[in-house]
Amino acid sequence: MQNYILSSLISIPIFGGILILFFKEYSKTLAFLVSLIVFVLSIILLTKFDLSNPSFQFVEKFSWIDIFDIYYHVGVDGLSLPFIILSTFITLIVVIASPDPIKGNLNQYFAAFLILEGLLIGVFSALDSILFYVFFEGILIPMFLIIGLWGGNNRIYATVKFFLYTFFGSIFFLVSLIYMYTQTATFDLATLQNIKFSTQEQIFIFLGFLIAFAVKIPMWPVHTWLPDAHVEAPTGGSVILAAVLLKIGGYGLVRFNLPITPDASFMLDWVVILFSLIAIIYIAFVALAQQDMKKLIAYSSIAHMGFVTLGVFIVFRIVETTNAIEIANMSLTGAMIQMVSHGFISAALFLCVGVLYNRKHTRMIEDYGGVINVMPKFGAFFIFFALANAGLPGTSGFVGEFMIIMSVFSVSFWYAFAAGTTLVLAAAYSLWLVKRVVFGEIKIEHPEIHEFQDLNKNEFTALFLLAIAVLFFGLWPAPLAEIFELSIESIISDIFLAKLSIG
Amino acid sequence: MDISFISKAILFAPLAGSISAGFIARRFSNSFAHWTTIIPLAFAFFLSCYLFYIFVVNNEQSSEITLYSWFSISNFTFELGLLIDKLTVVMISVVSLISLLVHIYSIGYMKDDPGYCRFFSYISLFTFAMLLLVMANNFLQLFIGWEAVGLVSYLLIGFWFTKESAIRANLKAFLINRVGDLGFLLGISAIFIIAGDLNYNAVFTAAGQMSAISYEILPGHSYSMITIICVLLFIGAMGKSAQVPLHAWLPDSMEGPTPISALIHAATMVTAGIFMVTRLSPLFEYSDTALNLLLIVGSITAFFMGLVGIVQNDIKRIVAYSTLSQLGYMTVALGASAYTFAFFHLLTHAFFKSLLFLAAGSVIIALHHEQDIRKMGGLKKFMPITYWTFLVGCLALVGMPGFSGFFSKDLIIEAVRVSELSMSGFAYALVLSGVFVTTLYTFRMFFLVFHGEEKHNISHASVVKEPSFPILAPLCLLAVGSLFSGYFIEPFIVKETFMDSIQVSAEHSAPLGMIESAYQNVFVFIAHGFMLPAFLLLLLGFLTAYLIYIKNINISFFKKYTSWVQYILVRKFGFDYFYEEVVTACAKKLGLLLSKYSDQKIIDGCVNGAAGVIRFFSLRARTIQTGYLYHYAFAMAVGLVVLLFVVIFNLRVQ
Repeated sequence: MQNYILSSLISIPIFGGILILFFKEYSKTLAFLVSLIVFVLSIILLTKFDLSNPSFQFVEKFSWIDIFDIYYHVGVDGLSLPFIILSTFITLIVVIASPDPIKGNLNQYFAAFLILEGLLIGVFSALDSILFYVFFEGILIPMFLIIGLWGGNNRIYATVKFFLYTFFGSIFFLVSLIYMYTQTATFDLATLQNIKFSTQEQIFIFLGFLIAFAVKIPMWPVHTWLPDAHVEAPTGGSVILAAVLLKIGGYGLVRFNLPITPDASFMLDWVVILFSLIAIIYIAFVALAQQDMKKLIAYSSIAHMGFVTLGVFIVFRIVETTNAIEIANMSLTGAMIQMVSHGFISAALFLCVGVLYNRKHTRMIEDYGGVINVMPKFGAFFIFFALANAGLPGTSGFVGEFMIIMSVFSVSFWYAFAAGTTLVLAAAYSLWLVKRVVFGEIKIEHPEIHEFQDLNKNEFTALFLLAIAVLFFGLWPAPLAEIFELSIESIISDIFLAKLSIG
Repeated sequence: MDISFISKAILFAPLAGSISAGFIARRFSNSFAHWTTIIPLAFAFFLSCYLFYIFVVNNEQSSEITLYSWFSISNFTFELGLLIDKLTVVMISVVSLISLLVHIYSIGYMKDDPGYCRFFSYISLFTFAMLLLVMANNFLQLFIGWEAVGLVSYLLIGFWFTKESAIRANLKAFLINRVGDLGFLLGISAIFIIAGDLNYNAVFTAAGQMSAISYEILPGHSYSMITIICVLLFIGAMGKSAQVPLHAWLPDSMEGPTPISALIHAATMVTAGIFMVTRLSPLFEYSDTALNLLLIVGSITAFFMGLVGIVQNDIKRIVAYSTLSQLGYMTVALGASAYTFAFFHLLTHAFFKSLLFLAAGSVIIALHHEQDIRKMGGLKKFMPITYWTFLVGCLALVGMPGFSGFFSKDLIIEAVRVSELSMSGFAYALVLSGVFVTTLYTFRMFFLVFHGEEKHNISHASVVKEPSFPILAPLCLLAVGSLFSGYFIEPFIVKETFMDSIQVSAEHSAPLGMIESAYQNVFVFIAHGFMLPAFLLLLLGFLTAYLIYIKNINISFFKKYTSWVQYILVRKFGFDYFYEEVVTACAKKLGLLLSKYSDQKIIDGCVNGAAGVIRFFSLRARTIQTGYLYHYAFAMAVGLVVLLFVVIFNLRVQ
């Protein structure tokens, strides 16, 4: 069993999803059971994971396409494990919080999510680059269906934009992979990481990777698909999109860009740093101007992901200016923690919007106000998650930003200052949203708010679980850091001690 | 009992109370909510007194207690922990005492409020956060506590969340504080980068190293790293302790319930900045630039915010402006390296200012939530207890010799006079003139509220009476504190008392040394107080207020020539206008501009344009796919021929 735990994690949700297609009646119960089993399995994975071992664990390797030397090769290390658990946890949350009023068949809806879950676990555990690519692309299909079938009125535009954008990005990724294959005759990730390409080759490979992952994460200026996708997606779709799908981008940057193309990363890091800082400030202002709650949170996601890309690519400057590899470790860990934390917080915020949407069928901020008068529990959750989004210490939102700002300071005061403006800006757009939606009197124009019911049991459970996670990792991030620690240290030391000579 | 256990008990008791009141109390009753918070808090207070006894009286050595390891990566460890020394125990005793009294007061004040349980949960949570901040032995925990008190302040200013003014005020408070926190966080980052640790002791050891490094912050402008750090940390203090220009949130915070104004926005949270600088004296001592900045900012706040207090008509806002002004005094004292004096003023101020607020609350309750002093008057005969306690608070605030505020304020003015820093002359002039201003606005308020004719609605006059016992008891206790807390002046003058915690470098020690050597005993000190210029200004201020508001002398000729002054003061020097109409409006405009044009027109324009181009070609390409088999066969044939040519060509090249 233990040998096939990863394959089980990938296949149980996929087969479970297919199975649900045949059960119209009890689809929610079934979906809940499947996602619970997968979640428990991922926790077993966590407990069996050896924290003192930096290499890949639970490795399974089977030949898949012989003539191209492609393997079904999976395994986890400290970098991927938290994201696998994030995927299983968020899927469970989505299933608990569903259904929102969705058109069409509930069983197909759940099936799409479960299949998506399997593919996500696949992405985070793939050790063969083609396998990664297959999962990476495969994810588009259920997500495309989720938005396209159960989305809002303008869903066709959003799905096409979402699909083309991400597909456009991944083409370059595939080209990079094929180029590397022509040079090395392997798709194996670990082998590729040990091959030193010439700087010129690295630049092209780097750019190919970067385009794919920058679109996915998304990085300014290739971010405009995200707000549209979120606005049209059903609540569950938004949750999984923000909480997990975006993380593939950040994960990919660390898995592919840094180790395979370290020289090019070092050369071109200023591009990413610049774009990240722009994202943090520019996008925060854009978020401030949004009228639509989902758009606001979507933009806030982009700004938060700016911290991730900043934390990842600042490592070169850190080592160059201070020669302190430890600070680089801290920065990269901060970026990873930021991703996990954002997974919880953005999921919760999109759920909150979903709760309101279910009651009033509008996402416009101006259509609400004074919600806390009739929904005190909901109001408390909303305020809590908005504060977490603003990076309040004691919530997980603080940890990553704190680590990254501190690390960035070692490079330049002004970089840290630019990143730090999020303290003010994120608070501004998050709490202004709270003020307009939650606080205040119920407006005379919207008497129907008086009739709102407070959270039902499902909604409460979902938000409660997320709140626990946000609080736990805010008060005690040490366990999460411990999981990441060895893998990140080995990535960083591999780059700076073996491959690059800077500092 | 060991110190470690006691300290943890003090810290977590209010948290337990808060959780209990917040999550459980609603199922029981209102009285459950206040008992479940007051009992743990009383417990914490008594334990604090015990610590006070063993540290201050028995001179126990300071000790550090580790709570848990928050985070560790590579060789960096961030641990949360407590530092228990004299400075800490004095502060926690005062915090828990004032908090306890405010809890008791709130039983009466919040009696009929639907958010009763929530209120008690919040103020106990606040107490926990404040203790967390005060007891910290590292910058991380300091920052966590710092933000946590800000959070509770946000929640409590907006406690009445249907009031538009309240939810505007709490957003404003949070955002302005966040500007300060940005500076604070950058300061902490700088400290971490250099010291590699956030524990106070490790950082203090590295202070010398920090002053040796210079950092070019702008091309051609380099400063010593310690100056940058201190200025950044002070920006944090400016936010929390409401110093100009980050002060604008504090007057608006009066939208919250009055007990909160007393506890958070007068006695404890707003003094966090003062406490922080006091705690970090080993850093600030290295930077004359930072100390001069403190002198400038503090004295400007002390004087000019006092001036604004003169033209306010809301009783709570007057007291709020007086808080700003008094915080300015404390900052000035810090700038003069007279940390103990600033701390002393923090303590006496905690008593008399919470007294003033709670007494003002008593008036407000009696008048059914009337806060405009122009509509009050003649309340003396209806509310004797409130009257006398309020008078004690006023006398302490203006620094009447013998009352608590006198001792601490006098020390501050003297310290600034003696200080050798370049900005001390400027600061001295302002803090000294500030005494006149303080007396003027204080007695203007006092006379308008309690003396003169009754302007409040006559039909109400018969029911205007003293509030209930839970409101009056804290008033009396605080009045006692405001009267006598100043007499414990000696430990704050004697250098040895806080030697473990506070460091003053040799070149800044003139003020303290002079005062320590001149000091004989409390009574000589009081007698000397009558001969100082400050006392003259006090009398002058009192006389002015008396003539204008009791004797009603005609000052219209004066008003005529100073209308422009009034114009400026009523607009509070334009800070609110600047923040609300300029900064906020620009931010919103910029957001709209970026969203509508940059994002939707330019970036999305490119994306949709690219899609358009593809569409253009694909529409053309589509015509090729006719569906006729012979077309495809023809295309295949052509393709094969081309391929064949390529292969042959390649072979021949090889």
